[in-house]
Amino acid sequence: MLTLPDSAILLGRDARDWRGAVLLAGEALEAAGLTEPEYGPRMVSMVEEFGAYIVIAPGLALAHARPGPDVLHSGMAVVTLAEPVVFGHPYNDPVSVVIGLAVITADEHVGGIAELANVFNDPTAIERLANAGSIADVRALFRGSE
Amino acid sequence: MKIVAICGAGVGTSGILKVNAERALARLDIEAEVTAADVGSVAIAAADAQVILTSPEFVERLGKTNADVIVVQNYFDVDELTAKLEGALG
Repeated sequence: MLTLPDSAILLGRDARDWRGAVLLAGEALEAAGLTEPEYGPRMVSMVEEFGAYIVIAPGLALAHARPGPDVLHSGMAVVTLAEPVVFGHPYNDPVSVVIGLAVITADEHVGGIAELANVFNDPTAIERLANAGSIADVRALFRGSE
Repeated sequence: MKIVAICGAGVGTSGILKVNAERALARLDIEAEVTAADVGSVAIAAADAQVILTSPEFVERLGKTNADVIVVQNYFDVDELTAKLEGALG
């Protein structure tokens, strides 16, 4: 599994819009020492450039940017929103869970991505994550797939 | 058989799509190579692909292609991927 430090888990946060939600994921990655501050705005740029494709399942956005010097360690962050926000996706809005992903290279995290897929192949996982009340709840959900 | 999963950066979302497409293909007992690529390199990455998997946002950016383009709604729904791949390949 990609590393998910406690400091990269933010629960029940408020975001005004999709940008705010993605920037929260950036703050979480930065707080955990995984990225520099520039990475959050770079994740926002991906959506500005390509649209809301990061909303890959109902209620879930996988925020990420390309590898770059602002990625210090590969890993991820989990942000849940008190109120869901709209990203402008044709099928999967609104979003209440944002996973922030940062990787050093495109290839070395393939195993971690497969494990992430395992967690969310369970159709109840996104709602359970959205309703997680503690860091322990989040960890249990990710551990459940191992 | 070659299948390419396309996203914006070639990391993350296309990786999820690749993993779950491989699971769908295993269910269908179809042998295929699935690769992940970013939309900027689609012309090269998908030049000899039979199928392109992507999200609604990228369909218009793909340009001309002979591949079947499959638009995926829920990247984690292996049932959806299985049905759509079966429709395209079956």
